[in-house]
Amino acid sequence: MAEAKLLFVVQRPPYKNENPRLALTHAIASQTAEIYMDDGDAVIPIVAFVGDGVLNAVKGQKAMETYGVTSTEMHIKTSLLIDMPIWVCKEDMERLGLTEDMMIQDAEELGAEIKTTFVSYADIQKEMEQTNHLLFF
Amino acid sequence: MGDLTMGIFPSLVGSMSLDFAFKLGEAAVEKGHKVNLWLSGNAVMMAKKGQKAFKDYSHNQKRMLGLIEKGTEVTACEACAEARGYHKEDTLEGVKRHSMDWYLAKTVKTDRLLHIGGE
Repeated sequence: MAEAKLLFVVQRPPYKNENPRLALTHAIASQTAEIYMDDGDAVIPIVAFVGDGVLNAVKGQKAMETYGVTSTEMHIKTSLLIDMPIWVCKEDMERLGLTEDMMIQDAEELGAEIKTTFVSYADIQKEMEQTNHLLFF
Repeated sequence: MGDLTMGIFPSLVGSMSLDFAFKLGEAAVEKGHKVNLWLSGNAVMMAKKGQKAFKDYSHNQKRMLGLIEKGTEVTACEACAEARGYHKEDTLEGVKRHSMDWYLAKTVKTDRLLHIGGE
């Protein structure tokens, strides 16, 4: 029986390249990974947005209207719905002039019980030190 | 000896990150480690048949097939490939195709996980 803690660190902004989207789709895939694992094994993901990556968590995205694709916002809300922690770095939000009311804070409309956590970079670094694997996107 | 899994994301042309990933894979195999390569995003094109070598562009196919011969497991993200219009029958022999949850499951047993590239 083994479990792997995975920290997905997203440092790139949304819609400029595929990486932030891949981070979220890979992390969400943890929900069905058990079909490929031994009994009792588990993966425990956290997604942390840092640097320009915090822009992924800005609310009110119009990706479907603009690009005809599902928004990164919807992926983040789906993550909250499946109880996957979403962390956003407070210092980087401040650097970009973003306040918590401008960010995706929850997915209550989908029935999600957990909320976005706004954390300091020190908290993210602490998690980096104790996680099994770091996945930079 | 350890088990090294690399998530590889860069496109075939445009950066040398892919070259680096394969060189690192070769070095690890040389040292006796087990290497698994997960091709995702633009990197899935590595697994497509019919690539031609040009001197102006990196060409890592021979290198990748050499790694497979030495026991490296190379797997392409199925959704990423399908989104780019290439299907199972277009995939190089020896390369597997799986969904992202397969890759996540792989992380449980691997000793080290590295992510390389992306645009």
